[in-house]
Amino acid sequence: MPVRFYLHLTLVAGLLTLPGCFTNNRNQGERLYGQHCASCHGEQGQGLGQLIPPLAGSDYLAQHSYELACIVRWGLRGPIVVNGVAYNQQMLGVQDTASHHHLSPAQVTNLLNFLESHWGNHPGPAGVRTIAGTEAELRACGQQ
Amino acid sequence: MMRLKYLPLAALLALAGCGAAGGSADTDTPATLPYVGNTEPTDGAGQGATAAPTKVPPFRLHDQDGHLVTNQSLAGKVYLTDFFFATCPGICPKMQSEMLKVYKQFGTNPKVAFISETIDPDHDSLAVLRDYARRLGVGTPGSSWRFVRASRDTAFTLAAAYFTGAMPDKAAPGGIAHSGTFALVDDQGHVRGLYDSLNPQEVSRLQKELPVLLAEAKTRQGQPVAAQP
Repeated sequence: MPVRFYLHLTLVAGLLTLPGCFTNNRNQGERLYGQHCASCHGEQGQGLGQLIPPLAGSDYLAQHSYELACIVRWGLRGPIVVNGVAYNQQMLGVQDTASHHHLSPAQVTNLLNFLESHWGNHPGPAGVRTIAGTEAELRACGQQ
Repeated sequence: MMRLKYLPLAALLALAGCGAAGGSADTDTPATLPYVGNTEPTDGAGQGATAAPTKVPPFRLHDQDGHLVTNQSLAGKVYLTDFFFATCPGICPKMQSEMLKVYKQFGTNPKVAFISETIDPDHDSLAVLRDYARRLGVGTPGSSWRFVRASRDTAFTLAAAYFTGAMPDKAAPGGIAHSGTFALVDDQGHVRGLYDSLNPQEVSRLQKELPVLLAEAKTRQGQPVAAQP
C-alpha cells in the first residue's frame, strides 16, 4: 500500500514537472526575452527611466515593425523617441554579446512574436511573424 | 523497496530542478541586523571581549554635481550603496531599477542616502553621471541619491570594503565583473546588510531591514554620546 502510494505520488510529481522541463516554440519567445532582453528592458518590458526605452505598449515597436529583427540582431544607436520620450543611448549588450548575433531567424521570430503579442503590443501590418519573413528582414540589413 | 522509497525524493528534486517549485517561507524581520565583516577580537583578548566591528575605510568621492561625499558627510545617515557603470550591459539596469524601487520608498527620508559608485571612471565622467541620474529620474540637486566617482583603484578597494565584489574582468560584458550586491551601511559606517539586487526576495528583505537600522540609529542618537577616551 505505501509503495503504491509513493508510486502514484511520483507519477503525479513527474507529470507536474513536465511543463517545466519541456519547452515548445510558443514559450521559446518568452524564454529568449528572459535570457536576452529582460535584464535591461525589465521583466515586464517596462524599461528604465529615460535610460532604456520600454517595450511594453511601445509605439516604436508598432512604427518600426520591419526593422525589429535587425535591431534584435545588431542593436540600435542614436536618438529615438518612444511614446513621446527621447532616448539616446546605445543599445547595450548586443554589440558585446555574440549570442545576439547567433540568434537564429526562428529564434528572432519567436522572440518578436512574443513581444508583439504581450504588454499591449500588437502584431505588425504583416500579422504574426514567420521565419521566412524574418529571414527577409535580416537579409535587408545585410545579415541573415 | 529501498529504491522505491527514494522515488518521491527524486521527484521533488526534479521539480526543483525544473524551476517549478518556487517561493520559500517568509522569514521574520530580525530585531537587529548583524555586523558584516570582522567581529572577532583581533588583539588576543580573552573570551567575552568585544571587538570593534569593521568600518568602511575613509573615502573622498565626488558626486555628479561636483560635491564631496565622504564618511563625514554620510555620518549619522543609513546608506545603501552599489557599484555600477553607465554603459554596463549586464546586470546594472536591473540593479538600478531595484535601487530605484528602494529609493522611491525611502528617498525622502533625511536619514537615508543612496550612493552609486562607478567602477568605470574613465568613461563615466561627472557629466556622464549627471546625465545618467537625470535620465533615471533622480537627478534633482537635492536628491538623496548620489552618483559618485573616484579612481578605478579607489572604486575597487571600496567595493571590496563593502563586500560587493567588483573587479576588472576581460571576459565579462563591459570588461568589469561585479556581483549586483547592495551594501547597507549604518549611521556609524559599519556594513550591516548585503543583498543580491537580482533576487526580488532579497530586495524585499532589504525593504524590511532598512527600517530596523533606522530605528537603531534613532535610539543611538537619542542617547548621550559616550565620552571618547
